[in-house]
Amino acid sequence: MSKPKFVYVTYIRTTPEKLWAALTDPQTIRKFWFGITAESDFKPGSPWCLKFEDGRTADTGEILEAVPHKRLVIRWRNEFKPELKAEGYSRCTMEIEMADYYPDFGGKAAKLTIHHEVEGEGGGRFIDAVSGGWPKVLSNLKSLLETGDVAFQR
Amino acid sequence: MIDATTFKPKTVYVTYIAATPDRVWQALTDPVFTRQYFFGFAVDVEPKKGGAFFLRYPDGRVHISGKVMEWSPPRRFSCTWLVEGMKEFGELPECSVAYDIERAGEAVKLTMTESHSWEVPDAILAGGRSGWPAILSSLKSVLETGTPLSIKMEPPKEMMDAVQQAVAGKPWLK
Repeated sequence: MSKPKFVYVTYIRTTPEKLWAALTDPQTIRKFWFGITAESDFKPGSPWCLKFEDGRTADTGEILEAVPHKRLVIRWRNEFKPELKAEGYSRCTMEIEMADYYPDFGGKAAKLTIHHEVEGEGGGRFIDAVSGGWPKVLSNLKSLLETGDVAFQR
Repeated sequence: MIDATTFKPKTVYVTYIAATPDRVWQALTDPVFTRQYFFGFAVDVEPKKGGAFFLRYPDGRVHISGKVMEWSPPRRFSCTWLVEGMKEFGELPECSVAYDIERAGEAVKLTMTESHSWEVPDAILAGGRSGWPAILSSLKSVLETGTPLSIKMEPPKEMMDAVQQAVAGKPWLK
């Protein structure tokens, strides 16, 4: 049985610069992440956390890599569910590339790939949890960048 | 007759779309829609359980053929799926593809599940795993903005090699 891992790809009609800005701007994150926002300066080695609207901490960690418009790697641990926190730190990699596209039919698109897996053994419950969450968050991100509004509020 | 309801899910893709279930259903089953977002393929489906299902090239040739397993508008559409339009793929066992449509607040949750009868190598699954995100991202863009995202994509080289190997060894018969 291989280690549980979450991989998700979405294509968004936007530029790598705008996509990077959306992924690293707390005010934008709040819009597509159902009120949750990030606190970090998104520099390698800096602390990072996600906070609920009421100020409680959802997740904590640090920025491992940050290559603007290309690649963001976050060391990430859940803080609000003991059974998820017990699975320890995970690693989330976000990669941005330009997609090949047919310019006659819809124009440029950025490809965003998310890889998420825990650092140690196991991590099944944590990966289950993020597997449910990421498609919601990334669908909203795509809608926000393409239409100016999110697809739904939780 | 194989029982495709026993196939095991191997690839699942979920997207949330600002649209009604009826619109998402239409986007999946109407050739005018699928031509926009599904690499130019037109769906041609007999709208009933047991009906014929095709995805056709613009010139009418068959790319995918299958049978409708479930037709429950606007909630679930599933069919068997045989790739006829690519060399040697037609000799692989057919798989199944199911679309589930559920309300999620003011949006719709669309789940695509690709299931198989045998232990398909990852190199072959890679075809769907690279294609579905492009197809379903474009479907979401069509419904939300009126314009598709036409992503260019070649079949992964490793997939073509893995298909040749599988067809030579026929591991599903063992």
